[in-house]
Amino acid sequence: MKFSILINEGPYTHQASDSAYQFAKSVLAKGHEIFRIFFYHDGVNNATRLTTPPQDDRNIVNRWSKLAEENKLDLVVCVAAAQRRGIVDEGEAKRNGKDATNLAPGFRISGLGQLIEAGIQSDRLVTFGD
Amino acid sequence: MLNIVNKSPLDRGSLDACLQSAEPGAILLIEDGVYAATRGSAGEAKLKAAGGKFKLFALGPDMEARGIADRAMDGVTLVDYAGFVDLVAEYDTCQSWL
Repeated sequence: MKFSILINEGPYTHQASDSAYQFAKSVLAKGHEIFRIFFYHDGVNNATRLTTPPQDDRNIVNRWSKLAEENKLDLVVCVAAAQRRGIVDEGEAKRNGKDATNLAPGFRISGLGQLIEAGIQSDRLVTFGD
Repeated sequence: MLNIVNKSPLDRGSLDACLQSAEPGAILLIEDGVYAATRGSAGEAKLKAAGGKFKLFALGPDMEARGIADRAMDGVTLVDYAGFVDLVAEYDTCQSWL
């Protein structure tokens, strides 16, 4: 079965990022496919490579990047939500005159159409948030 | 439909909204939502008042993380994350009551 996941809450806030990650891992472990994971609202903060949690704490951002690399996942960050919160890739930095980028590996910035497409193309869309 | 509730009934009205509005189906309590499935709690009373309209599930790891796994109310089935995935697959649609 084809799953997509929507994450609306930032890392280290309540539990949505952690729940979504554990859910995603179980989806893959059960042999299902993940079509896309879409990060929206404060969820885009999952995509900054500049976080430095304590060494004995989980690194939520790196965990997403690793899961994406190992399973060829499509991690999509909403562009408007990202611009508001300072999540920037090279294209957005050029377009908006920013002097730095911070998008973590494995993520890409795109539009809400990607969420709609995920809803249409997937058998199930599961939302995690605040 | 599978209804997913992730907030404590002491914190938000999402469980109330779900119980009032949702069609018969299933409720999966996750995160702080699991507090509703604690024996003797106000949440338990609400779930019981729904009178079997919903099959009740709670995420076991989240109950364990809160130290209440041994206080689950009667009538609720504890599932792990694999069980969570199975529930989402089993029901045609799912709704997160955020």
